[in-house]
Amino acid sequence: MKEAMKQATKDDRLSDCDYLAELKGVSKRFGSVVALDGIDLQVRPGELLAVLGPNGAGKSTAISLLLGLQQPDAGSARLLGRSPLLLAARRSIGVMMQEVALSPELRVREQIELVASYYPDPLSPDAAMEMTRTTALGGRPYGKLSGGQKRQVQFAMAVVGRPRLLFLDEPTVGLDLPSREMMWAMVRELVSAGASIVLTTHYLEEAESLADRVVVLAKGRVIASGTVREIRGIVGHKRIACSTSLSAELIASWPGVQTVSCERGRMQITASNAETVVKRLVVADADFQDLEVRSAGLAEAFTELTQESVHESTQEVAS
Amino acid sequence: MSATTFAVENNLLRSTTMSSARLRHAYLTETKFECLRALRAPAFAIPFLLLPLVLYVLFGVFLAGSMSKGDSTIAKIMLVNWAVFGVMGPGMFGFGMFVATERGQGLLTLKRALPMPPAAYLFSKLIMAMLFSAIVMATLVVAAAVLGHPGFSAGQYIGIYLLDVLGSLPFCAVGLFIGTRASAKSAPAFANLAYLPFMHLGGLFYPLPKSVQPLEFFSPAFYLDKLALRLVGAPSLDQLAMGATGPSSHATPVMCVAVLAAVTLLCVGLSIRRLARVG
Repeated sequence: MKEAMKQATKDDRLSDCDYLAELKGVSKRFGSVVALDGIDLQVRPGELLAVLGPNGAGKSTAISLLLGLQQPDAGSARLLGRSPLLLAARRSIGVMMQEVALSPELRVREQIELVASYYPDPLSPDAAMEMTRTTALGGRPYGKLSGGQKRQVQFAMAVVGRPRLLFLDEPTVGLDLPSREMMWAMVRELVSAGASIVLTTHYLEEAESLADRVVVLAKGRVIASGTVREIRGIVGHKRIACSTSLSAELIASWPGVQTVSCERGRMQITASNAETVVKRLVVADADFQDLEVRSAGLAEAFTELTQESVHESTQEVAS
Repeated sequence: MSATTFAVENNLLRSTTMSSARLRHAYLTETKFECLRALRAPAFAIPFLLLPLVLYVLFGVFLAGSMSKGDSTIAKIMLVNWAVFGVMGPGMFGFGMFVATERGQGLLTLKRALPMPPAAYLFSKLIMAMLFSAIVMATLVVAAAVLGHPGFSAGQYIGIYLLDVLGSLPFCAVGLFIGTRASAKSAPAFANLAYLPFMHLGGLFYPLPKSVQPLEFFSPAFYLDKLALRLVGAPSLDQLAMGATGPSSHATPVMCVAVLAAVTLLCVGLSIRRLARVG
């Protein structure tokens, strides 16, 4: 250990950056499509950050930029305070990607040994397999594994370098329930051992079960971010729409009201106590009409920004 | 439990510099597994390792032998020409198909995200193709010594062995160029589209008619063949067929080396540019 510390040059220190990974004002377009529109995203030491969003929201692009696979058009991407293009920066990360076909001829242990060779101080392939419950698969050709087993092996490959920061892209897609729960348990174990994780997922429940912090992307922007509790709070809010002669400022001053905006002559209010707010509206405004109250939540935020059916997703949140 | 193994030093200052021993280990491991997986892929290993030997014995030894009536010139030409054929395939298809497949199926993307030394990727494939060429050359040299009797000295055997193994480089480069541009599905077709004309225009199997001979200049196989023939002091099939009038396509050794080097550098340069930009 002492030796490792001696070896570490000043360049290797994290001291000059507070974040393990950071996107700062990053924009990226592909032709006429804006994939990312000036987003900021930080990964703090020791946290599990879940990046949520519908297809095409920009999740993959954001991750690609952090991994140095693509270059931002504007803004900057940093890994441990350095450019992700530097090998030395990437030696602190592990990666599990969504669609990747590894050489079917190589055995599981060989795949893991190969990835381990990229790192200065990796786990032994045996330790990585023990940790990810893949020891029994060690001698089998990768091409003969089931889909779920392949995901487990890819997970072992992601951790074998003892990375400080792990990128897991949809790690549980296609897994059955027991495998998914096992994967979750392993992810929690890693976080408790001090690793930081960036998890991209479609599943709200996955984020809820694992994440310390959640970032929601839609149409290349961050539309919500916060702790799981805060995000749950948004889900617990109600959205009130109505026509009223009252001013937005007045309504905003009422207790429990979070946001107020006037759109096309209709007042849009989010509030944690919709019933009380509605009562006050009725009392305070004789012209009050066209009342509508709905659940507000992540799914709704997705749909508003992606212009899918609002109705469907409101039900999804309710269920 | 093993999570603790993972945790050791995890939050402490950890070096991200690789010692030169670790770096060497990374190159060796990449190369070891690239060779292993190619040897284990029957669709790749069987045709490229066995076919040159089978075809050489069939056509170069028995068929040509029955026609040459003891003249060792034909035997010399046959070994040299089939050897060139033998070292073309692993490079062109090994790079062409593997790189295209790995680009198409996400493996290259994963390796670019991981801290794989980028040069190790090409280095490992290069050694794999050269290993295949070396195995092919070994089988051909043994078959020639036992059956073909070209009358080479040990020095000449070693000479063409080294020349052809090294001569697989330009074919690796062409394969790499194809692999960085073609899709996984189209790569074998494109590789064949280069491989077949290279082979036939290289003048490896039969003398070309005079009107077609200028096209030989477009085949890297032609230049490698010329070098190898000169090394053992044998004429080309064209020269043999045309006698004193001589073929229209002359190439000096310097020109041969220059063309092969230029093809290699051009294809590798364009491919690396492409890999860096597009992946």
